[in-house]
Amino acid sequence: CVRLLNATHQIGCQSSLSGDVGVLHLLESEENLDWVLRTGPNPPYMVILESTLFTRPILMKLKNGSSRVAGVLAVQPTSNPPEGFSPHTSCPNENTGVYSETYGPSYAHCNVTMWNPLGTGISYEEFDFPIFSVKDDNDTEVIRRCYMEHNRAVNGSTPQYPLCAMQLMSHMAAVTDTATCMRRNAPTFSLAPDGVCDPLGDANIWASTKPLNSSTKGHKDGVSVVIAATKLDSRSFFFDVAPGADSAATGLVALLAAASALHNATAELNRTILYTFFNGETFDYIGSSRMVYDMAKNDFTVDLDNIHSILEVGQVALGPDSRLWLHSDPVSKRNSSVNVETLVSNLQAAAAGLNLSLGEPNVTQPLPPSSFQRFLLERPIPGVVIENHQTSFTNKYYQSMFDNAEYLKLNYPPNLTPEEQLELVTDSAKVAPPWIGFFLNKMLYTFLVRVNNSWFDQLVKSDWTGVLSELMLYEINTSERKVKTTEPALMVQCILANLTGSIANITEGNCQDKKMDKDENMNKDIYSYLWVQGPVRPNSTERDSFCVRSLVRQSKALSPAFELSEYTSKNYSTWAESRWSAIKGRIFLVASHDLEMLTLGVGVGVLLMSLLLTYIVSSKADILFSSGREPTNATY
Amino acid sequence: MTAAVFFGCTFIAFGPAIALFLFTIAREPLRVIFLIAGAFFWLVSLLLSSLVWFISVQISNKESAAQQKGLLIFGVVLSVLLQETFRFGYYKLLKKANEGLLTLSQEETMPISIRQLAYVSGLGFGFMSGAFSVVNILADSAGPGTVGIHGDSQHYFLSSAFMTMAIILLHMFWGVVFFDACEKRCWWAVGLVVVIHLVVSCLTFQNPDYTATLVPAYVILFGMGVWAFYTAGGSLRNIKLCLTCKDKDFLLSNHRPR
Repeated sequence: CVRLLNATHQIGCQSSLSGDVGVLHLLESEENLDWVLRTGPNPPYMVILESTLFTRPILMKLKNGSSRVAGVLAVQPTSNPPEGFSPHTSCPNENTGVYSETYGPSYAHCNVTMWNPLGTGISYEEFDFPIFSVKDDNDTEVIRRCYMEHNRAVNGSTPQYPLCAMQLMSHMAAVTDTATCMRRNAPTFSLAPDGVCDPLGDANIWASTKPLNSSTKGHKDGVSVVIAATKLDSRSFFFDVAPGADSAATGLVALLAAASALHNATAELNRTILYTFFNGETFDYIGSSRMVYDMAKNDFTVDLDNIHSILEVGQVALGPDSRLWLHSDPVSKRNSSVNVETLVSNLQAAAAGLNLSLGEPNVTQPLPPSSFQRFLLERPIPGVVIENHQTSFTNKYYQSMFDNAEYLKLNYPPNLTPEEQLELVTDSAKVAPPWIGFFLNKMLYTFLVRVNNSWFDQLVKSDWTGVLSELMLYEINTSERKVKTTEPALMVQCILANLTGSIANITEGNCQDKKMDKDENMNKDIYSYLWVQGPVRPNSTERDSFCVRSLVRQSKALSPAFELSEYTSKNYSTWAESRWSAIKGRIFLVASHDLEMLTLGVGVGVLLMSLLLTYIVSSKADILFSSGREPTNATY
Repeated sequence: MTAAVFFGCTFIAFGPAIALFLFTIAREPLRVIFLIAGAFFWLVSLLLSSLVWFISVQISNKESAAQQKGLLIFGVVLSVLLQETFRFGYYKLLKKANEGLLTLSQEETMPISIRQLAYVSGLGFGFMSGAFSVVNILADSAGPGTVGIHGDSQHYFLSSAFMTMAIILLHMFWGVVFFDACEKRCWWAVGLVVVIHLVVSCLTFQNPDYTATLVPAYVILFGMGVWAFYTAGGSLRNIKLCLTCKDKDFLLSNHRPR
């Protein structure tokens, strides 16, 4: 795990500069913790935790006894734990949502509904030892064997040296909080020229159904926009492992499919739909707070007055009862100008023909954590959030590494090739009509199993292919003042452009050219152009690349706190991620301290003895070597 | 293993050599020069033998373990022979240099005797040989772990250090005996030195059975030490005189012309 900082705290793990060394100990049960924390004779210990023991009570006990704990190695189980696991807080984003002392105080801080009841909050704790996660494979077997052979205490006897030990290195450069680390980023202050932390930031992806002139910002007369929003990021306790299947991928794929389905019908719409994919929502709504800030400052293509309503797609993995729930905000509903009932009835009418039941929760409860809340902070806008839970989340693995394809029951029989797996329409995708299911299964496969597949390869921008080859991470990535778009956002942009755009007859040079083109066919204010790889020609490895013209754009998703340099802001997200140099680990044997001191003692003894002897011999050399057969009386 | 082991092993391996250098060589610039030249000669011999070894390994069949072991033995033998050849070469060079120095200098006596040269060159060989034996091992010993995760003995660092100390001292003794034998044209002694060097090097093939390697090595060290002592002009009588502190009286009363 890595270190993250916000306005007031630092969370995550830290190791010492050259790594922490500890004697391996495989924790067998919670009682065995006593050995690590009190009775074991060779502290500090490196604790190996099997997945069943990776729980909050054990981690808290280890945190309190951290002088004897050198680090923790968590072994990933081969299948998801059936009882659920969520390291996130039980009330996500409670301080940056819309509910506070001034707005719906009875709904603030999850007073009515605890959204994530399984949440243990360990992702937001601070540990001063490194915590690494390993898959249960051959390397882990070697580690366990090393422990069994050398470190096992048999029948109460203490294990003898040499003992098996492990060194974990994950030194984090930033400390205390965001304001401190941003101050140390300034080149005149710190010796590290390239900074100690980066603010979390990425790009939002948005697209409209009708062309909107993006060079004119602010209010656009006569434009009424319905925002269809979803989020595209997630996180887990460990860095780099955050599949976010239910929490992000389902909503994302659903919205992409909807965009693709409506593509041919856009002429008949009397309002413009703005599809927005927000990035960074997990960390106090980075993307949506930025977009709302831009809109309020008239720095975005439309502004808040243009918005008619908001429809947000949240976690929509269907459970066994195929029910979806429409959540709305009780406080703004009291305002007569906010008309949520029409929205709800429209949605229910649309769902009537499908095998799906849409209902409103029968409890007066606040909105679940959603990007819509940030819009409500500025203006009362009618809106609905579609979720698969009535009260608390049904997702047992919210924001954890287990929220993956297995949880969504995307079961691909292991004997299929990647190509066959791509084509397989799994049960999850069957719920949609076949002309959408065709895309749904491919999108689910791409986002949750494997990016490198033939369908996605055709859609991707030709100079991005090198970047997107691994299983994608949903964790939002850091930026250094200039936002880098990372894999999830790039993928969404490519897919959305291909599904909602049209092929334009433009050469590669003009298509990729960022400058304004005098050619009337290209209007960069309204359209965006993407040079796409295209399908492989049969019997060859070359591809028919082409230019796609679409209305898909990126917008910066960096928290307004960093734009305004208010690093202690309470209104905006202030999350930043520390930088680090090396993350690695190794195992070896260690010898007892006594043997080491003995070696040093013998060495010093040998040195002193030889100095003494040499002095004596050399001072008496003329006597000792006097019966020499040296012909001349040379001096010694 | 940590800094303690690093320093311990360094002192064990280089302790006697450093002591000898400090007390007998460091003050005389000529001896220092010849020490370094001796070290350089050893280095050249190692370079040549490693060149031959490298080429032969590339040509050979890398899969066959028996062939690799055979090549290793061949490499060790070749290296020993080359080292002794270079020792002989250094001896020849020093004889020529001594004559040259004598004609150049104003004095009638040689500034440095051949016996001292023997001692210094042997020590030079020893320093460089010890450095190459043990420096990599010392660097690894400074890390946090120790040898043994694949089942090897954890006394690796200690025994390497002791072996290195033995080798350094042995080189010094061999230098003394070798040069003396070359002066007197006693070729059987030269051959014996080469044979003993071969024996000591081949003893290391018994590693990781460290006792089987170290004990005979130290026995040979003791034997060579006695031989070198007698060659250098020592005798049992001198030791007895030294120990009973009658040296001054001896000199005064038993002064004889040489």
